[in-house]
Amino acid sequence: MDWLPAAASTYAADLDRIFYVILAITGVIFVGVEATLLYFLIKYRGREGRKATYIAGSNKAEVIWTVTPAIIIVGLAVASQGVWSKVKNPDRFPTDALELRIEARQFAWGITYPGADGQLGTEDDFQRFNELHVPVDKPVVFELTSVDVVHSFFVPELRIKQDAVPGLNLKAWFQATQVGEYEIACAELCGVGHTVMRARMFVHPRDEFQRWVTEQSEGS
Amino acid sequence: MAIAATVGEHHDEQSFIRRYIFSTDHKIIGIQFLFTSLVFLLVGGVMALLIRWQLAYPGQAVPGGDPVSPKFYNSLVTMHGTVMVFFAVMPLLVGVYSNYLIPLKLGAPDMAFPRLNMLSFWIFVSAGIVAMASLWVEGGAAGAGWTAYPPLSGAPRYSGVSLGQQMWIISVLLFGASSLLGSVNYITTVINMRAPGMTLFRMPLSIWSLFITAILALLAVPVLAAAVIMLLFDQTLGTTFFLPADGGQPLLWQHLFWFFGHPEVYILILPAMGIVSDIIANGSRKPVFGYHSMVYAIITIAFLGWIVWGHHMFQSGMNPLLGTTFMISTMAIAIPSAIKVFNWLGTIWRGNIRFHTPMLFAVGFVALFTVGGLSGIFMASSSVDIFIHDTYFIVAHIHYVLFGGSLMAAFAAIYFWFPKMFGKMMNEKWGAIHFLLTFISYNLAFFPMHLLGMGGHMRRIADPTMYEFLQPLQPLNRFITISVFLLFVAQLPFVVNLFWSLFRGKKAPLNPWDDNGLEWTVPSPAPHGNFAVTPTVYRGPYEFSNPLVEEDYWPQNAPPNGREGKAATIGAES
Amino acid sequence: MSQSTNEAVVMTGGVSAEPGMRVYNQKLGMWVFLASEVMFFTGLIGAYIILRFGTDAWALPGIPLEEGGTPLAIQLTALNTFLLICSSVTMVKAFAAIEHGDQKGLRLFLVLTVLLGATFVGVQVFEYIQLAHEGFLPRCAEELAAVVPNCNLFGSTFYTMTGFHGTHVSIGVLCLIWVTVKAFRGAYSRENHGGVEVVGLYWHFVDLVWIILFTIVYLI
Repeated sequence: MDWLPAAASTYAADLDRIFYVILAITGVIFVGVEATLLYFLIKYRGREGRKATYIAGSNKAEVIWTVTPAIIIVGLAVASQGVWSKVKNPDRFPTDALELRIEARQFAWGITYPGADGQLGTEDDFQRFNELHVPVDKPVVFELTSVDVVHSFFVPELRIKQDAVPGLNLKAWFQATQVGEYEIACAELCGVGHTVMRARMFVHPRDEFQRWVTEQSEGS
Repeated sequence: MAIAATVGEHHDEQSFIRRYIFSTDHKIIGIQFLFTSLVFLLVGGVMALLIRWQLAYPGQAVPGGDPVSPKFYNSLVTMHGTVMVFFAVMPLLVGVYSNYLIPLKLGAPDMAFPRLNMLSFWIFVSAGIVAMASLWVEGGAAGAGWTAYPPLSGAPRYSGVSLGQQMWIISVLLFGASSLLGSVNYITTVINMRAPGMTLFRMPLSIWSLFITAILALLAVPVLAAAVIMLLFDQTLGTTFFLPADGGQPLLWQHLFWFFGHPEVYILILPAMGIVSDIIANGSRKPVFGYHSMVYAIITIAFLGWIVWGHHMFQSGMNPLLGTTFMISTMAIAIPSAIKVFNWLGTIWRGNIRFHTPMLFAVGFVALFTVGGLSGIFMASSSVDIFIHDTYFIVAHIHYVLFGGSLMAAFAAIYFWFPKMFGKMMNEKWGAIHFLLTFISYNLAFFPMHLLGMGGHMRRIADPTMYEFLQPLQPLNRFITISVFLLFVAQLPFVVNLFWSLFRGKKAPLNPWDDNGLEWTVPSPAPHGNFAVTPTVYRGPYEFSNPLVEEDYWPQNAPPNGREGKAATIGAES
Repeated sequence: MSQSTNEAVVMTGGVSAEPGMRVYNQKLGMWVFLASEVMFFTGLIGAYIILRFGTDAWALPGIPLEEGGTPLAIQLTALNTFLLICSSVTMVKAFAAIEHGDQKGLRLFLVLTVLLGATFVGVQVFEYIQLAHEGFLPRCAEELAAVVPNCNLFGSTFYTMTGFHGTHVSIGVLCLIWVTVKAFRGAYSRENHGGVEVVGLYWHFVDLVWIILFTIVYLI
């Protein structure tokens, strides 16, 4: 079983790559340390007539096992920074994106769509609860806020997570790469309904999305 | 200030109440903390069982009771965290061992301020009572997590909890006062009351870690106090520190809380590391490898611990550049922790290992803390954290360092110093059984949580089956729950052993573990006033297998003439 | 229980302890305690700074109340600040007196310190009452909130910071009274006056915090 959910956004694979790199490095260290520990415990178990070797330490060893982790850590930080900046830095968000507004509340997600004119903040905007519709292969930038407590917008397959803080309008973005239906979860304890704060996300083929928007605009 | 001779004279005339209930003797206070924290450990453990029941069988009635309601579930996760952090683990490591060990291991007759010390314990008890009482008030106990993020925690209209959250705050404030009094005592005693020859770099690592921990607590807890006071005012006086209407900032709470909260987790792990160092040296019959590096690593961890708090807030909406700086400092703090793990391995290397129960738990600590520390690297990466934040990956990490780390060290400490505390030995066979059952069931319970987190399983949700993407993980949830129940049951041998040994244990000799610390030179149990004559220290704490002496240990206060075996230790044979 | 300044704690057997900081326990304990107090006030003051500079308008000094200026009585509080500083001077003189074994000087200056400290608290209480009459509270009265920008936030932070400071001063005054009573009973001497020194340290700290608070809450 693939423990990580199927990657369904443009940056999901980048994030996963860092995850696996860390997994590989920590995996090697884990096996190395535990095996060494076990080996020492067996090899140096106490026996009659033996004495331990009186050694206070080794400066050389200290240097080696300070510098080596330091190098690894610097490498991981550098590797992580690229994805971090791409996902979270508003200056680097894609332009030419579909703009949405998402308002979290106890215990539902309110999504405002720009309507047929493609502009948010105009007359033909419409709002839906607990249904996020987006086109595939097109960036989506949304403004996220809360009307009550702190929530967190989380779609596992997209690898997107952003806290929704009342009083703040935070921006986030993603670009879905697979048509399908996904679940949106709240990832910050928000009250008695935290567990039911589930919504559905639909990634449509482009033309289907356009049709949906037109339908909804007419209907509202 | 207690002078041993004077106090000793009065001691015999004291009533039972003065000797054992309202005692100013640091050893009695340490023992009081021991039994109190173990009770809270049980309470926190039962809460965990209820949480796990609901996760494995959502909506099903708890055997003999009702189903866990979503509101009660939130209170359970909140109080489980609160009880375990403040009322079980911190007092178990700091309250017990700072109190019990600092004067004894430094050659002092008692703490610098014995009456403040007593006050510290009783304030702690009152804090615990308030926290427990909050479970029964109208509206229920606090339900916003042990992290109490506002606005959820700041206004009853959001959480449905009013008095319960306020009592949570009061109990945290009382706990803070207790911690503060303790810190003042520990720091003053370590600086001022070391016996002649006990220079700072001859102090055992247990004392170093407790000393640095006390400084962390001294400086971090007041910030928490300021934060919860403002939260209390938001709830009761209509202020808006953290409520966005009228200019309040929810993120301000997060900054204040985690500015305290991150040093707090080092408060929870550093004493464990120090204690484990002492015990591994003893068990390996070797000096701690790299003692000076170990001290500097403790200090570095404590120092860096102040500048990493933002890693709890990566996804909060903070400026991404700030996130980068916190990622760098968080990655950096892995380095001194790694140094310590390698030094523990170096201590065991070429040792002559005695597998007494304390050693089993100390080694278990190293094995499990390694996992916890390595899992931390995933979340230190701010990008990977986007996915694993607020999932069970975090829960796995927390429990590997807090249970696999701190609690394993606490068990090691309890078995190790039990003879000196009570004058009896605990049963070794049942100790080994406790260790084995705990180690196995612990890993069965908590390792799979990494997998849950990788699958995207969120924290603090009462019913995972609501989500299609979580349904395939449900068998794991049930497996974890069963393992947690086994883990709970595995503590039974420990409880029975503890109480049985108190009354029927074999009489403990002066120095059952052939250790070098000053505490092993006084009778078991240690007498009031500790040392008949103030010891003089001639060497460091880890002179095991020194070629200059015949025995494989050399107590800190044994006379400086080597090659004559274990020369008469001051007060040893009395 | 008190020790003269430079003697380390003496333990049994006439053997002195490993020299620590060469400062007796009570004094070291007070310094350590004061470090925690610094962090407490840092938490409150830090919160105030973040909250205030997160707003776009604040009630500034030197501007009339009707135009959105500060409701605080700067001149009265400036006088009060002077009194508190004077009380630190008298405290220093009290300590200097007993260092020379001057009992009369000790008693005189301790009494002066108590009076000045109590006056400070009294003036603060008076100011609180005045402000409350005007409607300046943690939740401001409507008429005031209409004029003073971010009045609720100002009120919340003002009362919290000055209230906790005032509480610390009041506790200090009580401790000073206790020490003064002991001084009148001849408890202190040239060799033995740690209690005076330790209370003095606390008192100076409380004064220092006030100077900072006065500057950033009243003057800026």
